[in-house]
Amino acid sequence: MTPARKKRLALIGLMLIGIAVGLTFALRALDENIMFFFTPTEVVDGKAPQNRLFRMGGLVVAGSVSRPGDGLTAQFDISDNDKQVTVKYTGILPDLFREGQGIIANGKLGEDGIFVAQEVLAKHDENYMPPEVAEAMKKTHETATGAN
Amino acid sequence: MMSEFLNMGGYAAYVWPSYGLAAVVLWLNWYLPRRQHEQLLLRLKRQHRDTGEQKHDPRS
Amino acid sequence: MFLWFHKLGSPPHFYRIAGRWIPWLLAIFAVLLLSGLYGGLFVAPPDYQQGESYRIIFIHVPSAWMSLFIYVVMAFCGVVVLVWRMKLAEVVLISSAPIGASFTFLALATGSLWGKPMWGTWWVWDARLTSELILLFLYLGVIGLHNAIDDKRIASRAVAILAIVGVVNIPIIHYSVEWWHSLHQGPTVTKFDKPSIHLSMLIPLLLMALAFKVYYVLTLFQSSRAELLKRERNSKWVEELSRGQ
Repeated sequence: MTPARKKRLALIGLMLIGIAVGLTFALRALDENIMFFFTPTEVVDGKAPQNRLFRMGGLVVAGSVSRPGDGLTAQFDISDNDKQVTVKYTGILPDLFREGQGIIANGKLGEDGIFVAQEVLAKHDENYMPPEVAEAMKKTHETATGAN
Repeated sequence: MMSEFLNMGGYAAYVWPSYGLAAVVLWLNWYLPRRQHEQLLLRLKRQHRDTGEQKHDPRS
Repeated sequence: MFLWFHKLGSPPHFYRIAGRWIPWLLAIFAVLLLSGLYGGLFVAPPDYQQGESYRIIFIHVPSAWMSLFIYVVMAFCGVVVLVWRMKLAEVVLISSAPIGASFTFLALATGSLWGKPMWGTWWVWDARLTSELILLFLYLGVIGLHNAIDDKRIASRAVAILAIVGVVNIPIIHYSVEWWHSLHQGPTVTKFDKPSIHLSMLIPLLLMALAFKVYYVLTLFQSSRAELLKRERNSKWVEELSRGQ
């Protein structure tokens, strides 16, 4: 390689490193804004913003879904397997909403510690399989945990 | 059977537009450069014919 | 190897070779596409949670992969353009941009069509979706910058710098779902662990990904030939080409 080419290649390398370092610092500074949601633990520990809309994500606790009152408002608990927060939501739930499903709710935390959601989104996992396989896996999992 | 397939378990309104959009976009990406290439070739041929000094073009 | 590379780098040689390859690539693409579509739409079973709607994956995921892959190719060409001043790399770089932009658009649009029924929203500003949208703007920036400068050799260098700078966005897109909480789920296939997708769904997915890759080479050859002809219209080989036949 000629010296001129070497110099140009080195310049490109330096430019890329510079940008990467700068961007890393910028993204770290913005970390909280890029985080799409808070976990229930963060919410219980008071790390989530007060009196302002924020998103909370976690799993719908099995058996916690109920429809008190008019039947339009759904109430359920969201957990991150550590702490849990009760959510109230009036409106249409997405197709994937079910117990044990990961969801993200956008709303405000009330004085009573109940999260009042204005929007509920379902988060799906990265697993894809036929229903029969999922059924079979669930069974083996149950027998395995049942034996322990 | 066929209508069941087209229905996509009630998600037809989301699945088929996805496939249709892909077909249109992929076809355009193939067709537009091809047409551009052909027109360019044609123009170059005409240009070189007009400047004379070239072999006989059978189509003219 | 270097000699071969050097020879392929000469515009008339590339023009000829690419022209000869196009019909074959078209045939391979057709076979891969049809078998991928057959496997994805007819053979693959519905998903245990998402039912039939997950079939958008066979368009969405290969498009998203291609949007990243083509950008990396462009950045690589950018380095070759700046360091070696190779004409063919300039042509490949700028010819790739519309194809990459198309795949990015497809990834975003099909993702939106998938997100509405499953997540409950067309769009959210989470890290994955936002960084992919930035990728679309980078592609459009490359196309716009190239069009804005009349001298194409200068335009190519400007575009090369933009392509190289933008490449830092690629790892951000890929790791966005791991670094930050996002609505988009984590990787299914491209993780070190076993892919968490059933084989009957994985095979058509990979077939479609392969088909899209062949499609990229195919359309790249097609548009590179047009771009080469345009740029070299005053050269001897183009004159000979248009006089021959």
